[in-house]
Amino acid sequence: MSQSYNRGLVEDFGRWREFSAGMWAWIFHKFTGWVLVGYLFTHIAVLSTALTTPQAYTDTIQMLEMQPIVRILEVGLLAVAVFHILNGLRLLLVDLGVGLEAQDKSFYASLVLTGAIVVASIPTFVAGAF
Amino acid sequence: MSTQVPETQETEESEAETETESVPVAQQRRQQRKADRRERVEERERERTEEEAASDENRYHLKVFRYDPEVEGKQEPRFDEFHVPYHKGMTVLDALMYARDHFDSSLTFRHSCRQAICGSDAMFVNGRQRLCCKTQLSDLEEPVRVEPLPHQEVVKDLVVDMEHFYDQMEAVEPFFQTNDLPDGELDEQRQTRENREKVKMSTRCIWCGACMSSCNIAAGDNEYLGPAAINKAYRFAMDEREGSDMKEHRLRILEQEHGVWRCQTQFSCTEVCPKDIPLTAHIQELKREAVKNNLKFW
Ligand code: SF4
Ligand code: FES
Repeated sequence: MSQSYNRGLVEDFGRWREFSAGMWAWIFHKFTGWVLVGYLFTHIAVLSTALTTPQAYTDTIQMLEMQPIVRILEVGLLAVAVFHILNGLRLLLVDLGVGLEAQDKSFYASLVLTGAIVVASIPTFVAGAF
Repeated sequence: MSTQVPETQETEESEAETETESVPVAQQRRQQRKADRRERVEERERERTEEEAASDENRYHLKVFRYDPEVEGKQEPRFDEFHVPYHKGMTVLDALMYARDHFDSSLTFRHSCRQAICGSDAMFVNGRQRLCCKTQLSDLEEPVRVEPLPHQEVVKDLVVDMEHFYDQMEAVEPFFQTNDLPDGELDEQRQTRENREKVKMSTRCIWCGACMSSCNIAAGDNEYLGPAAINKAYRFAMDEREGSDMKEHRLRILEQEHGVWRCQTQFSCTEVCPKDIPLTAHIQELKREAVKNNLKFW
């Protein structure tokens, strides 16, 4: 018992195939949370540098909205935000101890709803860019 | 097999002899019984070899984790393959025991009760923490991969170091204590049926460590009490007989930095617990208790 073999991190991450609903929800929630934090800071940084004159602001916005890549990223942002909101509601219920047995179903529900909302919003987001 | 037939004939002959010599009836009966028993043993032996021959095609393929820091050739972890003859109702533990008894006596793993009570044989089987004696081989896909519990140090083969888990369990004072005693010296401490029902599931923990091993918060934060310990604390904190002073004391232990608040509701502990204890639900309830206890306006 002098030494023992530690299987390390690599193996942990190799286990994603065996994750169940609750674990995926946790990972997605973390991921979307970090994306939103990142977005918030870029958002503030970009807009605050464009606040010199009204014209500069309009120019910046137009320049951004002209690019297809920005439109696509906006769809992605919506997906991330919607999932984070819905899963946040799910976690609220979990914290209140409501429907703990159905936690996997509510995770799938928030995934499906996210998908639906994102698909429905695509026409609005990409209109005029392509 | 063929040698057994004349043997039985011999005993019959000797019996015939004793009969003619008119030995006491009791002795006759005893000999008869012995002969019967011998026959039965042979019968069973024959059945078993037949079974084994028949199950030659019906073997389960096991891949078992091997590691031993004290043996030169085993210091580098590897997987050994075993083909174990299957019989109906065989569990993963049975298969491991067969492999140990017939193929490699150095295969090391913990087990004792074989009926999901002692909690010593939780392992990582086909990518999930399971109790080996409670897992039917027929429920698993081949090859069946048996590994020691993740996030615990491996001592040898399938044996992990449980010391840390036991430390966490002991940290929550897992025993009944109260200063809320009944008046009369000989009075009993009664628990209501509803209260017993409330703590029922939480009393069923067998200290197997599967939950702790499945939780990746516990893996990242060594000081986190872990689902089993918190469940143990729940069992006593929710017990009305302990009184309000004790409950305060228990909540103070639980709401520390590495207590209930570390839980991020991944539900993996609830998923793997072989005793079906709703661990996440219990942890969440204790979180709410802790908040109520601190706010105190309801
Ligand atoms: S709570 Fe369940 S999984 Fe955890 S140690 Fe107890 S019996 Fe095992
Ligand atoms: S051998 Fe006792 S729990 Fe499996």
